[in-house]
Amino acid sequence: MSTDTSPGPAPATAPAPPSSKPVVQPGDRIFAGFATGAGILILVVLAGVAAFLVTEAAPAFVAPAEEIPGGGGIVAYIWPLVFGTLLAAVLALLIATPLAVCVALFITHFAPRRISQPLGYVVDLLAAVPSIVYGLWGVAVLAPASVGLMTWLQDYLGWIPLFAGPVSATGRTMLVVGVTLAVMILPIITAVSREVFLQTPKLHEEAALALGATRWEMIKMAVLPFGRSGIISGAMLGLGRALGETMAVAIILSVSGAVTVNLISSGNPSTIAANIALQFPESTGIEVNTLIASGLVLFLITLAVNSVARFVINRRREFSGAN
Amino acid sequence: MSIDTDKRDAERTAAVRPTEDKIARQGRLPRWSTPGALAAAAVVVGGLLAATGAFSVGLFVFLTVVLFAVGLYALSRVVEGARKATDRVVTIVVTSAFLLALIPLISVIWTVLSNGIARFDVEFFNSSMRGIVGEGGGAYHAIAGTLVITALAAAMSIPIGLLTAVYLVEYGAGSRLARAITFFVDVMTGIPSIVAGLFAYALFALFAGPGVRLGFAGAVALSVLMIPVVVRATEEMLKIVPNELREAAFALGVPKWRTILKVVIPTSVAGIASGITLAIARVIGETAPLLIAVGITTGLNFNPFDGRQATLPVFAYYSYAAPGVPRDPYIDRAWTAALVLIVIVMVLNLAARLIARLFAPKTR
Amino acid sequence: MKTVRHASRARIAAMGLATSGALLLAGCGAANESAAPAASGSGGEQAASASGTISGAGASSQQAAMEAWIAGFTAVSPDATINYDPSGSGAGRDQFTGGGVAFAGSDAALDEEELPLAQQRCGGPDGVIELPVYISPIAIIYKLDGVPTLNLAPATVAGIFNRQITTWDDPAIAADNPGVALPATPITPVNRSDESGTTENFTEYLVAAAGPAWPYEPDGAWPVQGGEAAQGTSGVVGAVSGGQGTIGYADASQAKGLGVANVKVGDDYVAPTAEAAAAVVAASPRVEGRGANNFAIELARDTTAAGSYPIVLVSYDIACASYPDQATADLVKGFLGYVISEDGQQAAAGAAGSAPITAQQRSLYAPAVEAISAAG
Repeated sequence: MSTDTSPGPAPATAPAPPSSKPVVQPGDRIFAGFATGAGILILVVLAGVAAFLVTEAAPAFVAPAEEIPGGGGIVAYIWPLVFGTLLAAVLALLIATPLAVCVALFITHFAPRRISQPLGYVVDLLAAVPSIVYGLWGVAVLAPASVGLMTWLQDYLGWIPLFAGPVSATGRTMLVVGVTLAVMILPIITAVSREVFLQTPKLHEEAALALGATRWEMIKMAVLPFGRSGIISGAMLGLGRALGETMAVAIILSVSGAVTVNLISSGNPSTIAANIALQFPESTGIEVNTLIASGLVLFLITLAVNSVARFVINRRREFSGAN
Repeated sequence: MSIDTDKRDAERTAAVRPTEDKIARQGRLPRWSTPGALAAAAVVVGGLLAATGAFSVGLFVFLTVVLFAVGLYALSRVVEGARKATDRVVTIVVTSAFLLALIPLISVIWTVLSNGIARFDVEFFNSSMRGIVGEGGGAYHAIAGTLVITALAAAMSIPIGLLTAVYLVEYGAGSRLARAITFFVDVMTGIPSIVAGLFAYALFALFAGPGVRLGFAGAVALSVLMIPVVVRATEEMLKIVPNELREAAFALGVPKWRTILKVVIPTSVAGIASGITLAIARVIGETAPLLIAVGITTGLNFNPFDGRQATLPVFAYYSYAAPGVPRDPYIDRAWTAALVLIVIVMVLNLAARLIARLFAPKTR
Repeated sequence: MKTVRHASRARIAAMGLATSGALLLAGCGAANESAAPAASGSGGEQAASASGTISGAGASSQQAAMEAWIAGFTAVSPDATINYDPSGSGAGRDQFTGGGVAFAGSDAALDEEELPLAQQRCGGPDGVIELPVYISPIAIIYKLDGVPTLNLAPATVAGIFNRQITTWDDPAIAADNPGVALPATPITPVNRSDESGTTENFTEYLVAAAGPAWPYEPDGAWPVQGGEAAQGTSGVVGAVSGGQGTIGYADASQAKGLGVANVKVGDDYVAPTAEAAAAVVAASPRVEGRGANNFAIELARDTTAAGSYPIVLVSYDIACASYPDQATADLVKGFLGYVISEDGQQAAAGAAGSAPITAQQRSLYAPAVEAISAAG
């Protein structure tokens, strides 16, 4: 919070004519300059990261196929990882987003005021649990606990390819990773959605109620449309974390490079970030370049996902409070 | 100031109650109908499951909630009408989703607490691991390292992130540069944390030669991860400040930068503080980049510009991944380090809330 | 004016927070650290002997032993700080050849490409010191209730891990364990999901000892697809103990509470003990042509000598024979001297369950360590 560049008392400005245009002062130019500079600095940093990624990844793209780990070329190496990354992240997002919206709604509009504030605080706190803790929890608690459920899924829903089995004996499966990632991103999506729901203009809510709407109708008409951009934004933050999650996936998932949508067996595709963490320490030369190339691909995936999200948000701009 | 918001909220709920009463034209279920229906559903499901002999807690709870929702909907639809009935079902769905989400979250906290409390002692906070093999020792060095590095990262990221968000919302809105920044901030959220670590390491290796390990390099890596989160959260909060407030300030002749500092940011400060806390929380538990850029040491080092520093996540990771013999003291230290990390974030969170409250304008 | 008052109050509160935080941080040193500065200069330029800081990086397998060595060495030389980054063998060798660290730990000796680079860094073909100082038996661990002991021939091990032998009552296993009631439980083999020296040593053993039953090349990355995989030794131990009918491979020191299979060597079944592991290393020939101070060995995986256990992980400490400055040379010399000393090896055995090197090996390595000096 070091933006307060002038802590002195308000300057005695000459009474300005009523106008919707702001008064321009030297301080204004300096402040605007700082703000613009900060934005440009971000672009510079990102250019640095991108330059680093591209130069380090380039050798892997031009190297002959047999030098790439696995011997099948760069595409054959990265494709299963891309698949695994998307599968885990999408699974997590599908589980977490509806739950997170419900939790945020519960905290803002359903829970009694007395408990809603502590609840909000608890959710913020959970967003802060380090990923390695979720990893340890997933492997120590969730994985063994879910073997029973996965056996049930195989027995009764085995005709769906997702639950084809055979069930992993240790429970360290893609489904458990998806749930763990969902638990991990749930507080993030909840926190962002909650802040936006709280900002819903009270006038809109009260108008809806005054017209005789039930609480759910009020939410449907006033809160959700207003908060949609925030929900998507929160979901994208969560998706970003799920896509890039390293340690938790590396600790939990039993990986074998297979491309399969079977969520409950022990042979799962790895994710890009987890694969980098697992293979990087013992890698040298072209292997490192290959891993960084996979990092570049992850980068591009996130780029694509975010572009889509931006597009959706912009189409809904009319609901923004800032007109 | 909390009193104000409480009061406002109390008025809101007070405003809600009579309205709800008014729409219940076709009659109204008595107050005890909700707990009554829940109890009835539990009894029916419990009885059925006991009769078939397939009793399990998960199945019991799940079926009870389903029966409860269906039953109450039918009842309410008959007595109160379809709209009220939908409202009741939504309430049940939202509440049970909330309770469902709470289960793993509580389980996580409980796991960390019950495993970490064993070494949550004085020695853990006043000792480092220098010269310690096996039992004993502590994470003072790692706590210090985490605080120093995270503080540095925050000191770099928060001003940059906040100013960028201000630029995006207040100055550059719609301009080509703003669109580019928005887009690339999104891209930045997609940098895998380990790549940020590699980048920071490569950057510092350019200046200081290979093998460089600095707390500051770790702070740079964390900043790369933190800045986009700060920008995204702050931007979202600044956007929903009503334009009327800005226009009112302009009309009073307040210059734009003071409007931003004294009106726009204070109005949204609670959300911004929450977003910044999220951002700090996001990076304080990062393991992979610190593993690469900062390394680990056993002794105390407060200086982020001179050599390796231990950090809590890396300490916890190595204690878990490469334990000595016997294993238990190492695993215990890993859990306690995780617990301490959570406690630190909790304290930060409280501080952020305090600051938000002190800065937030009176609403009335 | 209200906002102004609030802002200043907030500022005071923030200042209070910051000050108390600073006090907390600067308040005191760690209770277990002496008055000597913990980190005094990263280069270690001090002239006093055995003081300053050196850093090493490399194999995570050595982490626990390294902790013991560092603790033991700094107990004797309290002014010295030695850091070890268990960032992985590959990273360690890279940083060593690049001059980033004073010494490296590695689960494999330098390869043909790295050796010239290291010799260049250390100044000459005899400049590189490679010492196999950390010898750790790799146990085949399993969890199968009702079967407390298990004997396995190399081809059976290969069959199990290649997923050809899929149940515990398979005739091949029964043949190795006459008189043991084996259940029909399916076998879940667990392998490392990260590339590791442990996997490399284990597959090397399978290639050398199992013959056609193991059709893959030795590799640090597990070659068989579709099995249960877990991260690191902790992950494998956790996965094996978390299931039933599971089997995996991990450092013998971490096998507590799990079944440990005896492996057929010659005509006997040998348990992964420290003595049996040291015996195979002592019997392994040195690789020639790598320089006078290079003690890289070719492990005799297919040994049939009684009482030796061939599935061992041998991890090297790699250093230079000469360093540009005296302080670093003294520190490396002192530290490696402690590592190969009887005290050092016993400390590692206690903390990491490794097999101490023999007296004969010690007398072989000692002159090379003694000769470490400052260049020029």
